[in-house]
Amino acid sequence: MIELRGLNKNFGRLTVLDDLNLEIPSGQATGIVGPNGSGKTTMIKSILGLVKPTEGEVFINGELVNDQWEYRDRIGYMPQVARYPENMTVEELFQFIKNIRGDKPSAEEELIKHFGLESELKKRMRTLSGGNRQKVGAVLSMMFSPDILIFDEPTAGLDPRSSVQFKKKVRELKEAGKSIMLTTHIMSEIEELADYLIFIVEGKIKYHGPMAELLKEHKAQRLEGAVAKMMEEEAA
Amino acid sequence: MKVLTILNYQWKDLVRGKWIFGYALIYLLITDALIRFGGAGPKALLSISNVMLLLIPLVSMIYGALYLYQSREFTELLLAQPLNRKMLFWGLYGGLAIPLSAAFILGTLLPMLYNGMFFGEQVISILLLLGLGLILTLLFTGIGFWMGLAFFEDRIKGLGFALVGWLFLAVLYDGLVLLAIFVLGDYPIEKPMLALTMLNPIDLARIIVLLEFDISALMGYTGAVFNRFFGSFYGMITAIFSMLIWLALPLIGATRRFRKMDF
Repeated sequence: MIELRGLNKNFGRLTVLDDLNLEIPSGQATGIVGPNGSGKTTMIKSILGLVKPTEGEVFINGELVNDQWEYRDRIGYMPQVARYPENMTVEELFQFIKNIRGDKPSAEEELIKHFGLESELKKRMRTLSGGNRQKVGAVLSMMFSPDILIFDEPTAGLDPRSSVQFKKKVRELKEAGKSIMLTTHIMSEIEELADYLIFIVEGKIKYHGPMAELLKEHKAQRLEGAVAKMMEEEAA
Repeated sequence: MKVLTILNYQWKDLVRGKWIFGYALIYLLITDALIRFGGAGPKALLSISNVMLLLIPLVSMIYGALYLYQSREFTELLLAQPLNRKMLFWGLYGGLAIPLSAAFILGTLLPMLYNGMFFGEQVISILLLLGLGLILTLLFTGIGFWMGLAFFEDRIKGLGFALVGWLFLAVLYDGLVLLAIFVLGDYPIEKPMLALTMLNPIDLARIIVLLEFDISALMGYTGAVFNRFFGSFYGMITAIFSMLIWLALPLIGATRRFRKMDF
């Protein structure tokens, strides 16, 4: 379970997260949507400890994790902009992360095959295309089969085929009972992958609940319509 | 264990860059040339320390900041892993500071060894010189890291401040001290001058060198004051002690900053 209590983050005078309270039960697949600059990435990074919250607490499975690091063992993270050491080859990168994680069993080979990265293994990260870098990020986040998976705009930059492969993998993970969080601007992706929705605007959570309820509430057929409506209401 | 994994990668990357060998080669060539032309006496050692006092701070500080910028992807990747930030910091720092120190020590020591200089009476002086170089490398790499972290989003500013910082400490500072002496010469300014000297690690290192070689004529104003005030032995102890405090400062500052930073 991921729990945020009174999370605040200011960058100078700018408030990015504004007293955020959130509880995400284990095994839930949650889609996070919101306009650009609404604090989605900052929220995710606070959970990971990449961003240090100005105020507030983060709990993972009931354990306070501010300034802790061991808990990241249970999290797989795929960042929005995939940046990796440029001089490492793909193979070296995987090996390096395996060493860092203490040579735990990993599903690396299966994932490499799944994403079709076999031909890229000997190439340096610098020479990889953006899409292939994303795929490397996907493998890195999934290879130790963590309980919690966090994807920040995972399919931006992936071609349709890879995107389908990625979603297929995420569905498998969901069925295996993993907690999944993902942000995206593609509503159909959330419909496909998530059961719950978090709508966040200017660092505040405006909606958190099952997707079906939201659709009913807004009398919409598709998520896209419902979310667009919410955004319009916010802007008004 | 994890620190070793990080160090191992960093060193491989440095070796791949080949840049570190160039740095060692500079010391090798300079030391060799100075010994060839000046003989294997204290004169050569003094010239070597003069080169060292300028070059080490410059290279360590600039490359410290630059290196942090270059390792940005690496840092971001590792921060999302189950790793302690403190451990990551020392991995990054050791990844640069250790090879830089090794390059200086090997580059300087090698010509001394094959010229038979190391096995004379000057062993203590040579060891002191190498030790000073080591502390200067660690210290200025730390300052470079600190600058790099303080201006993590703005490389130009970070490198600019590192460069200006070097110019100030290595070149301008002495000028300013002289100016102060010139202007305030009628007052008893020995003690404030002493304090001023301790505020600059390059000056401190220079004084240690001068005290060791006992060249009062070359000691300059601050050196002479230092010598008179503390005597050679206590002067040396005080200077070395201040140096170690200096070494701790940027490292404490940089680790603190690194631990609180957002990525």
